[in-house]
Amino acid sequence: MEKKNVLIIGVLAVGLILVLQLFNLQILNDQYKITAENNAYKYVTRYPVRGLIMDRNGNILVGNKNTYDIMVTPIEVKEFDTLDFCSIFNLDTLEVRQKFKEYRKYRRRIGYQALTFLKQVSSVQYSIFMEKAYKFPGFSAISRTSRNYPFAAGANLFGYVTEVDADFIKKNPGYRSGDYVGASGLEKSYEGVLKGEKGYNILLRDVHNRIQSSFEDGAHDKNAVPGKDIISTIDGHLQQYGEHLMQNKVGSVVAIEPSTGEILALISSPGIDIDQLASISKHYKEIVNDPYKPMFNRAVMSAYPPGSVFKLVNGLIGLQEGVITPQTKYNCNLGYYYGDRKLGCHAHPSPLDFTQSIMMSCNAYYCYVFRAIIENRKYGSVSEAFDNWREMVMSFGFGRKLGSDFPAELGGTLPTSKTYDKIYGKNRWRAHSIISLSIGQGEIGATPLHLANLAATIANRGYYYIPHLVKDSPDTTIHPRFKERNYTMVDTSHFHKVIQGMWQAVNSEPGAGGTARLAHVEGLDICGKTGTAQNPHGKDNAVFICFAPRENPKIAIAAYIENAGFGGTWAAPIASLMIEKYLNGEISRKDLEQRMVEANLMQYVPVRRR
Amino acid sequence: MGNYRLGKIDIPLVLCYLFLVFAGWVNIFASVYSEEHSSIFDLSQRYGMQFIWIVTAFILAAGVIFVINPKVYSVLSPPIYLFVCVLLFAVIFLGKEVNGSHSWFEFGKVKFQPAEISKISTSLFLAYIMSKYGFRLGRLRDAISVALVILIPMALIVMEKETGSALVYCGFVFLLYREGLSGWFLLFGLLAILLFVVTLAVSPLAAIIILMVLHGVANGLFTGSLARHLLIIVPLAVLLGFLPRIYEVEWMGFLQSVDMEYLALGIAMVPAVWALVKFIGKKARHIKPLFLSFLCSCALVFSVEFIFQEILQPHQRARIENLLGITEDLMGAGYNVHQSKIAIGSGGLTGKGFLAGTQTKFDFVPEQSTDFIFCTVGEEWGFIGSVAIIAVYLILIIRLIILSERQKDTFTRIYGYCVACCFFMHVFINIGMTMGLVPVIGIPLPLLSYGGSSLWSFTILLFIFIKLDMERWK
Repeated sequence: MEKKNVLIIGVLAVGLILVLQLFNLQILNDQYKITAENNAYKYVTRYPVRGLIMDRNGNILVGNKNTYDIMVTPIEVKEFDTLDFCSIFNLDTLEVRQKFKEYRKYRRRIGYQALTFLKQVSSVQYSIFMEKAYKFPGFSAISRTSRNYPFAAGANLFGYVTEVDADFIKKNPGYRSGDYVGASGLEKSYEGVLKGEKGYNILLRDVHNRIQSSFEDGAHDKNAVPGKDIISTIDGHLQQYGEHLMQNKVGSVVAIEPSTGEILALISSPGIDIDQLASISKHYKEIVNDPYKPMFNRAVMSAYPPGSVFKLVNGLIGLQEGVITPQTKYNCNLGYYYGDRKLGCHAHPSPLDFTQSIMMSCNAYYCYVFRAIIENRKYGSVSEAFDNWREMVMSFGFGRKLGSDFPAELGGTLPTSKTYDKIYGKNRWRAHSIISLSIGQGEIGATPLHLANLAATIANRGYYYIPHLVKDSPDTTIHPRFKERNYTMVDTSHFHKVIQGMWQAVNSEPGAGGTARLAHVEGLDICGKTGTAQNPHGKDNAVFICFAPRENPKIAIAAYIENAGFGGTWAAPIASLMIEKYLNGEISRKDLEQRMVEANLMQYVPVRRR
Repeated sequence: MGNYRLGKIDIPLVLCYLFLVFAGWVNIFASVYSEEHSSIFDLSQRYGMQFIWIVTAFILAAGVIFVINPKVYSVLSPPIYLFVCVLLFAVIFLGKEVNGSHSWFEFGKVKFQPAEISKISTSLFLAYIMSKYGFRLGRLRDAISVALVILIPMALIVMEKETGSALVYCGFVFLLYREGLSGWFLLFGLLAILLFVVTLAVSPLAAIIILMVLHGVANGLFTGSLARHLLIIVPLAVLLGFLPRIYEVEWMGFLQSVDMEYLALGIAMVPAVWALVKFIGKKARHIKPLFLSFLCSCALVFSVEFIFQEILQPHQRARIENLLGITEDLMGAGYNVHQSKIAIGSGGLTGKGFLAGTQTKFDFVPEQSTDFIFCTVGEEWGFIGSVAIIAVYLILIIRLIILSERQKDTFTRIYGYCVACCFFMHVFINIGMTMGLVPVIGIPLPLLSYGGSSLWSFTILLFIFIKLDMERWK
């Protein structure tokens, strides 16, 4: 065939394809004929109510309250009394003019869309507006909900809800401008459950742009589906009480139910002011500029040196490795001497056995234990022994993310043998080079969540459940990983010795040398371990982990207070007060409680002001 | 003298031109019409401006017909081409950014897009080169120079981020076909598009199966042993079809170490290599090129993912995904097309009538007076009106082909084909896009869309040919 004809036939064929598609769209297919009666649709979005967050006892932690958004369809706005309008909402007339100037500028793009003019106006303002609405054509009000917090606690834990921005929409195509989304905390982790589904009303417009009616009497409308509720593992009262105790202190308290891994309270102090949480965008700048960084969730993000509480881990590893027995005794003469250096200790009786070493928190004892672990002949080299030690430490959850359902969780730090090879050179370091690890100082960093998990692991005699914040409920099932026991690499049979030491630390006779006497509560059988972690920026950090009661523990707690000083003086009382609150429901030691509440330890925290 | 010349003007082309320009004006009026500005001559509105563009376009057309000596085109085409390429290059750095592309020069209120006139200069220069004495497309040197003439402006336009306009240059392949390029290239191009679409929309495996079957059938036809080829290919195609299932079988777990696509490729290679070995050197001269094209196609299938993810821009990706139904995002990337389909679909057989369209009037469709002008036609004039517009375009293009063929002068013939190619690509891509047949590519509908640059350049493009055609007896 002549090429000319091939081309002509090709052109005709393409023309035919176009005509066929036209025929399909205009004659055959009904899908595209919705505007057949010379009308245009107008979709009005109906927003769902966000799901509630309940506490473990069925109290509402995060609820909803009604607010209203004022919408405007610029093209429908006629001349109106700006002063009157502004007086309703306490607005500046200039601001309103500015907005309308912008609408005029973008009028082609806006077209007939309704835009949000004002957000979250109060119900009083709303009702005044509705009375006068006839004076302001083009304006309308839609009902939205915003969050409220009956317990006035847990701001960092729940997180906040914010309007989506352009960036977010680009990454998450399901969202439209004007939608809300959980931006941090539980609101973020459980966004999919809480958000619900939007609906819409379809209205019809005629060619002169008047709203005619609802399309086919609303037959095609879609109702909004409310978000589902979640039941959190938090105890609202305990969370509230913990925040009360932690006022004017920088640090964190985490409480876990050992038998389930459920987090009972998760406090990071200072936190976001709960009164600002629902309308956080208004206060955002102020919060971000706060030198104490209230947005930073210390409970799950801050890698603190664990201090003496880490001796528990080293002790257990020593028992497991067989380098010590419960009967092993070491001398301590105000410290551990190596070469011409010394790692100091406080005054206490000497020599001590294993249980006593925990009760009195002897530093020298753990230097010996650590050295025996790291320079164990069983392993070919120090590096190998160290990596084995590291693996055992990690089996307690340290040095990695535990995998909780909290979105911002971080993993702390834990060095590898390579880290030290880099610092000292390969095979040029020994136990003494890294001796501070024996007492939880040096290159190790753990979050308060890690420490609470350690308390729970010891309470369980050797295993833990991954700490989590949400329970099974009719609407949500939690991930199966939260229901598995995670055993450490230390045999369960070794734990009772440690627990004995922790019990004595709290419950020994006055004068016997127990470091945590202040945590003692008659009848609660609290077992605990203090820690005083050196802080390169100022005073030492106070640390305390504990659980109670000794048999069938119901609660395990880690308290970490920055620059407070000795662990037994500040951290132990706060943790024990919380245990008392949780187990007994009331506080017998009112003086101690008052002293803790009134203490202002923030003054010792060095901050960099901008 | 003047009357004698005008008598030779091709009336059908001019009528098509006038019809389309007028239809464009009316539809621009309808698509931006508002009650405050109800005069079609209101200069504050686009339809008023379009009136000015139309009048000036007529003046340009008259200039081309009556003033300019047609002999200059062939002489001046090299410098014009060079000059336009410089402009295309300069605009990348000096141009004003509009919607992310740097393709507009702006002088005060006047904006102009060099990419528009580059269609004219490229067409003229192509005609100049290919009509030179002794030119043969089959000769490597000539083929390369033709390819460069087309690819240089194309590349510059891509660098301006106006990929849509660059695609139009692919249309010159039809001219090359007319001038001696083998039809196999067109078929291979079609195959490439088919494989690209199948790989994305269905799976690479499906593309490999199609490729294997097509290649086998072609081999079979050329060697006259179709039955024998089918005997091998059909069972293998069935095997490949079940491959995903086989991968799920537990005791076949050892397969997991090989990617399914690679295994499929290996299987598909079997008949191809068999045919190559069996028939090579036995008077089956198609075997080698067919095998080569098979290898190229395989390479294409395996690079689709890369091209799609790495070379295409995110918005282009979104548009293609939307077209192929991979994602449905009626409020995002798919919004324009969805609204445009509604607008066209709601027109029905006879349309809603002039100025009565609501979809188009309430700005549901963005870019409505420019790239999506065809929606207004569809909504207000219905099936009948839309078919009429398409028919006029087809008449215009076919008339251009017929007139080109009757030229004695090679320059005019080639130029005529260039014009036809430009019109064809624009019309097909633009109308196809408004109806969801082609991904959204922002190029105007010739003579109909709002805009001076586009109207002027198509007017000049067309009228140069009309003038050259008038001169054919000399």
